[in-house]
Amino acid sequence: MAQRVVPQPRTSPVVTADAGRPQRQHLWLLLASLPLLLFLVVPLLALVLRISPAVLLANLVDRTVAQAIGLSITTTLTSTLLTLITGTPVAYLLARRRFRGHMLFDTLLDLPMVLPPSVAGIALLIAFGRQGLVGRYLKDAGIEIAFTGVAVVLAQTFVAAPFYVKAAATGFGNIERELEQAAAIDGAGPLRIFRSITLPLVWPALLGGLVMTWARALGEFGATIIFAGNFPGRTQTMPLAIYIGFELDLDVALTLAVLLLASSFVVLFVVKYILSQPARAAWDR
Amino acid sequence: MATLYRPSSLILSIVLATLLVACGGNPSTATSTTAVPAMTAAPATAASAATASTGVTTAAPAMTAAAAATASTGVTTTSGDAAALSVFAAASLTNVFKEIGKNFEAANAGSTVTFNFAGSQQLAQQIGQSAPADVFAAASKATMNTVVKSGQVISGTQRTFARNRLVVIFPKDNPAGLKQLQDLAKPGLKLDLEAKAVPAGQYSLDVLSKASSDPAFGSDFQARVVKNVVSYEDNVRAVLTKVTLGEADAGIVYTTDINGDAASKVGKLDIPDKLNTIASYPIATIKDAKHADLAQKFVSYVLSAEGQMVLAKYGFIPTTGNAGTGALVPLMLEVK
Repeated sequence: MAQRVVPQPRTSPVVTADAGRPQRQHLWLLLASLPLLLFLVVPLLALVLRISPAVLLANLVDRTVAQAIGLSITTTLTSTLLTLITGTPVAYLLARRRFRGHMLFDTLLDLPMVLPPSVAGIALLIAFGRQGLVGRYLKDAGIEIAFTGVAVVLAQTFVAAPFYVKAAATGFGNIERELEQAAAIDGAGPLRIFRSITLPLVWPALLGGLVMTWARALGEFGATIIFAGNFPGRTQTMPLAIYIGFELDLDVALTLAVLLLASSFVVLFVVKYILSQPARAAWDR
Repeated sequence: MATLYRPSSLILSIVLATLLVACGGNPSTATSTTAVPAMTAAPATAASAATASTGVTTAAPAMTAAAAATASTGVTTTSGDAAALSVFAAASLTNVFKEIGKNFEAANAGSTVTFNFAGSQQLAQQIGQSAPADVFAAASKATMNTVVKSGQVISGTQRTFARNRLVVIFPKDNPAGLKQLQDLAKPGLKLDLEAKAVPAGQYSLDVLSKASSDPAFGSDFQARVVKNVVSYEDNVRAVLTKVTLGEADAGIVYTTDINGDAASKVGKLDIPDKLNTIASYPIATIKDAKHADLAQKFVSYVLSAEGQMVLAKYGFIPTTGNAGTGALVPLMLEVK
């Protein structure tokens, strides 16, 4: 921060004297960005343009569609909450402690993000299925997970949790330890330090990570169809309904696809906006 | 500076957002489209990679194993004079077509056959979207008709090359204690079926509905069985796998699915003929086939005595007027 503030009076006259150049560079940069930008936007646009609003609204009341939306909302919120509770200690540990096997631990957390979701699905099935490594003992206790909503949540958490853990770990790592140490010297207890120093500084990172996790969970497909199966109203989330719908009723698939697109966009954009607020305020000051 | 870059950062954030959605949303289904059938088709790919590489080495020794690998994934490689025939076939044909493919390659030196095995309805969609297929072999007339309707197969050129029947399977240790078909309605039984869009799924529902009009089952039989369904899978092989793994108590698949490895892992319960739906398998060349001649050759080969013999070996019912035994001679005459 300090470095940026000091040269300010010196650089601003330079910018005004040579205002044309950055403007031109800006234009070139924009032009160079255009191909990828268009490539990403055009297919999504095609999706939105393909279906008329009337058909979209008519399909929304379709039972399969409504069930898929409801199930997607409840399962993704559950898996995101689960990630927050179980992932925060992991992130803190990862950011604040250096221990033997730290890098191994860190790499293990990367795995679910790079593995094909179908691998995750098979792994979950042979671990938690009723004949699985862990599942056979759960079965003895009367718990069967495969083909249930719990399986959907587990599949989502498995593939999506690392997004939060990684973001949160970076957030914890970026906090200057001196701030916390100063508070400790002033006599604040660990809980007080966490509440008044750590949390206010780290929350944007946590929120950003949570939203990434939620978005990934919302799109989860491969692990879900293998581990939880496909049953309308019980395990058929929006991506599964889109996949089956593509073969059965394209309009249903398109409706859900557009909805998924729109809701993801709105949530991600709003969160990005919220996160940019304090930063911008500091910048303008 | 800050104000200057604000609009671009806004654009960037939009792009980033769309990218994120793309990662989390749609393409996830797109990747999975390949991922899920890939699970069931994995042995198929491996095998066709092997056949492809043997075929390639005789035709163009310079080609590397890597090239053979790409050929096996279904990407049409335009390499030299070796013609790679692309056959889209129903998942239930996985084992038998791999053998037929090998025999066909042996009989037609220099040609290789690559298979895309998946649910017929999915293949029909892919062909409708102009996927590079030369031959389509479906597990139902309905899915073949989808392709005829899309114009990719000329109406009337499709031929029925095999028939199949359904069977109830259960894990070897029979956790639900399945003894007769009526037991499918036992409360709490975990039944795995195919989605209605999959031919086997529709056939299964037909069986249940026929049983419901039989007093031995009771009119509410179908409703009670459907209550036990835990999942509607995307193709018949997924049902087989989940029953083999012991995750479902029962499933309905084709009799031909129970061979090789699966035969030792599942028990079966026959469905009597009066209730059973006999599935018919149509085959046709694709109108815009890249290798039209070879495609026609392949179709003829499947319909030939040799092809029909392999189908019979895997439990399929050969297609002649008197479906069943010893009908191979009239078939040879029929195919000219």
